Amino acid sequence: MDRPFEHPGFLWEDRSPDGSYDVVIVGAGGHGLATAYYLAALHGVTSVAVLERGWLAGGNMARNTTIIRSNYLWDESAAIYEHSLKLWEGLEEELGYDVLFSRRGVLNLAHSLPDVREGVRRVNANRLNGVDAEWLTPDEIRKLVPILDTSDAPRFPVLGGTFQPRGGIAKHDHVAWAFARGAHARGVHLIQNCEVTGFRRAPDGSVTGVETSRGTIGAGRVALCAAGHTSVLAAKLGIPLPLQSHPLQALVSELLEPVLDTVVMSNAVHVYVSQAHKGELVMGAGIDAFNGYGQRGSFHVIEHQIAAAVELFPIFARAHVLRTWGGIVDVSPDASPILGLTPVGNVLINCGWGTGGFKATPGAGHVYADTIAHGRPHPLAEPFALERFTTGALIDEHGAAAVAH
Amino acid sequence: MLLIPCPWCGDRPETEFRYGGQAGITFPAEPESLDDAAWAGYLFMRDNPKGWFAERWVHAAGCRRWFGVTRHTVTNEILPEAPE
Repeated sequence: MDRPFEHPGFLWEDRSPDGSYDVVIVGAGGHGLATAYYLAALHGVTSVAVLERGWLAGGNMARNTTIIRSNYLWDESAAIYEHSLKLWEGLEEELGYDVLFSRRGVLNLAHSLPDVREGVRRVNANRLNGVDAEWLTPDEIRKLVPILDTSDAPRFPVLGGTFQPRGGIAKHDHVAWAFARGAHARGVHLIQNCEVTGFRRAPDGSVTGVETSRGTIGAGRVALCAAGHTSVLAAKLGIPLPLQSHPLQALVSELLEPVLDTVVMSNAVHVYVSQAHKGELVMGAGIDAFNGYGQRGSFHVIEHQIAAAVELFPIFARAHVLRTWGGIVDVSPDASPILGLTPVGNVLINCGWGTGGFKATPGAGHVYADTIAHGRPHPLAEPFALERFTTGALIDEHGAAAVAH
Repeated sequence: MLLIPCPWCGDRPETEFRYGGQAGITFPAEPESLDDAAWAGYLFMRDNPKGWFAERWVHAAGCRRWFGVTRHTVTNEILPEAPE
């Protein structure tokens, strides 16, 4: 007789480490898994291990608000995020797995004249870069999101907004599982409970392997993909990084009837909200100010974002918060990622995605895999090299990326 | 919410403060003699430890004075002075 709650088949195998691999990826979050998948699928590099300190996709991949968009101001950012969005559009076919990618549109609200000017400028910049973008008036916003208070009543009334119809959300767990499944099927080893504690160095300083809680593992190349913990690993290698790790909190409400079919973000009153497929309102806002590795933040940050949400959506006032949590985001000085080679031989980094890494999951994995396989930056990664902090060629998305960081 | 020990006002809630990041970052004595890498180090590179961190806060909604504490970035335990 069938048991009613029989465990479904496993999508991937939890491996013990072999002695050495061509490529060791540190961190089995979304970016690490996507990188492993594309290394195997596109570059024929199948001697790959993804090492994970905890459990697969249990860090920021399990804690983000799953918003996907590419409406960034600067050319370099628009290029890499649009590359990622295009991969999202074909991801379910590519991976043969449903990731519940829902192109419901992302609306970024403007509440002041500077917001309006920034928004219109960003719409024009996006269009020049082939990114879909529209400027919506308050009347158009009222039709798109009827529950949003577009009257003159709020302290900061809605004066307009930018809209990216191709943006949306996806189911983060499914994304991780789909990449893990695809990587496993191509021979990648996924190794959990395996913390990297040090690096094995050759006399010339280049890295030849990693010391882990499960023994030494040789590596042709080591690709860091550890988000908020990147600085901890880089410190062991003596690589100074311009990163600061901060708590970033999010919350969900109880399950509600469908009331919101668009992702709404407001920089000025500072909240972003979508309604997940299951029915809960998913909200987030800014980082906690202090550095922190505790995966939790201060409650006044939650209070502030709920105040913003209730101001924008009066009907949310009687919804109950079900759960709040925090992740650790690695924020760079220009709010742009760092992706490429490092001063240490055989070591590559992908970090600094800060508060916006989820949307980049396929794009970062695709570009990073190419960078690892060829030992040189992918053209889309070239502007995001660590050297930009020395040359001064920053990609300043602080205040330019449609949302505060 | 953190309870932060202001040396002049005592323990006060975090909302009264603004964060100042890593302590001990001083303006270079001879900035014109720095090469690009050293200037990047001063401007951008910061310690980001998982553990004890010497940092600065300003009591913005109180006495408005700057001070340093040592905080553990995992447990948020705060020592008024540097450990060891």
